[in-house]
Amino acid sequence: MCLGVPGKVLEIRDERGTQMATVDFGGVTKDVCLAYTPEAQVGDYTLIHAGFAITMVDEESALKTLELFEQMGLLEEELGAPSDVAIGDRGTATGGTRP
Amino acid sequence: MKYLDEFNDPDLAATLFDQIRAVVTRPWAIMEVCGGQTHSIIRNGIDQLLPDEIELIHGPGCPVCVTPLETIDKALEIAARPDVIFCSFGDMLRVPGSHTDLFGVRSRGGDVRVVYSPIDAVAIAEDNPDKEVVFFAIGFETTAPGNAMVAFQARQRNLTNLSLLVSHVLVPPAIEAIASSPTSRVDGFLAAGHVCSVMGTTQYEPLVTTYGVPIVVTGFEPLDVLDGIRRTVIQLENGEAYLENAYPRAVNTVGNSPAQAMLEDVFAVTDRKWRGIGMIPQSGWHLSDRYADLNAETRFDVADMDVQESELCRSGEVLQGMLKPNECPAFGTECTPRNPLGATMVSSEGACAAYYQYGRLESSRTLPVIESGATRG
Repeated sequence: MCLGVPGKVLEIRDERGTQMATVDFGGVTKDVCLAYTPEAQVGDYTLIHAGFAITMVDEESALKTLELFEQMGLLEEELGAPSDVAIGDRGTATGGTRP
Repeated sequence: MKYLDEFNDPDLAATLFDQIRAVVTRPWAIMEVCGGQTHSIIRNGIDQLLPDEIELIHGPGCPVCVTPLETIDKALEIAARPDVIFCSFGDMLRVPGSHTDLFGVRSRGGDVRVVYSPIDAVAIAEDNPDKEVVFFAIGFETTAPGNAMVAFQARQRNLTNLSLLVSHVLVPPAIEAIASSPTSRVDGFLAAGHVCSVMGTTQYEPLVTTYGVPIVVTGFEPLDVLDGIRRTVIQLENGEAYLENAYPRAVNTVGNSPAQAMLEDVFAVTDRKWRGIGMIPQSGWHLSDRYADLNAETRFDVADMDVQESELCRSGEVLQGMLKPNECPAFGTECTPRNPLGATMVSSEGACAAYYQYGRLESSRTLPVIESGATRG
């Protein structure tokens, strides 16, 4: 439940006092909360866990990790591509977190 | 059996394995605390590629697994109410309570929604002012800052229809519970990297000193895990025990200060029961007094529940390294990921589920007999 996926900050905006961003994970974009990495700028890489950036990472290691996750099929699992899980689809629950 | 070419850098993997083989002279038991690391180890066959002297014990680092049965039952009771929208991370949905799971509640008409980010629950509460929205806040320190933001924004936005069912767990007290146990077989620990991204590493210094065990902060990718094991073995063979950071690209000593400030505001440390293990003092977070009005347990009056765990399940022994998943008589027969009996099978990150998923159906190595006399299958 604690995996983190590195992503590149594409755009930053303020949503009622909370710093939010559009983040690119090797082609998939997600809304991410930057409240805990206020230093993040557009173009920076952050490590995202369950929709929150928890730390900054350098580009080289981020790209290596993204490539590896893609090879292992972990990106889709972690990012939970579908926003919800169909009723009765017990085997493929996504959108989880990891410690 | 797995092969080196399945690593993303086989040459580096080979070097790390060679270094471990070169230094190891006697048996060592190393616990990876985090379920993500367990997954990495089993998927890549790291345990099978290591020299026979090194045994990996799969620790309690899957928060879905260790969430107590009574908390699951509370979630199910709240989620079944017609006025409630129940928001949860996806991997909690098929965790069985005493009688059903969240999927079952949903199939009977309950409004159970999977969120990717905890703050999705805030938006759902704003969009549904006539409903009570409840967020199931579970996880280790990695997940807690995001979950805390739900409480913070509920307060900031004056949302009176949003509450949290909180069952947070903390890694250092769990390591302490295992290290201090008289039956502990663990010689060294791999600490969970992203937990330390948030909390820093200083919490682990006293554990190293008190219990004389190496603790190596370790990442999640196969090579990260292998490097963490290598550093732990080197410390053990040198007769040393210190705190080492094998994951500096995401972890520093102090951790994430803004996140820690939020955690300090929203949560307070409490005793917490761990499924499969039992009560560990001061091992969890609940809502602080400032946010106590957001506690779903009081808002919905779900009092203490009487629950009964399966008598066949031996997940407690698995979590403490006294039993490998495939040595349990119920493994793969009465107990499968579709019909899990207990903690370590309920989530894909649990040790039993990882063994099942990657076809470790038979016990494959001879393990040393331990003093507790636990039966090995």
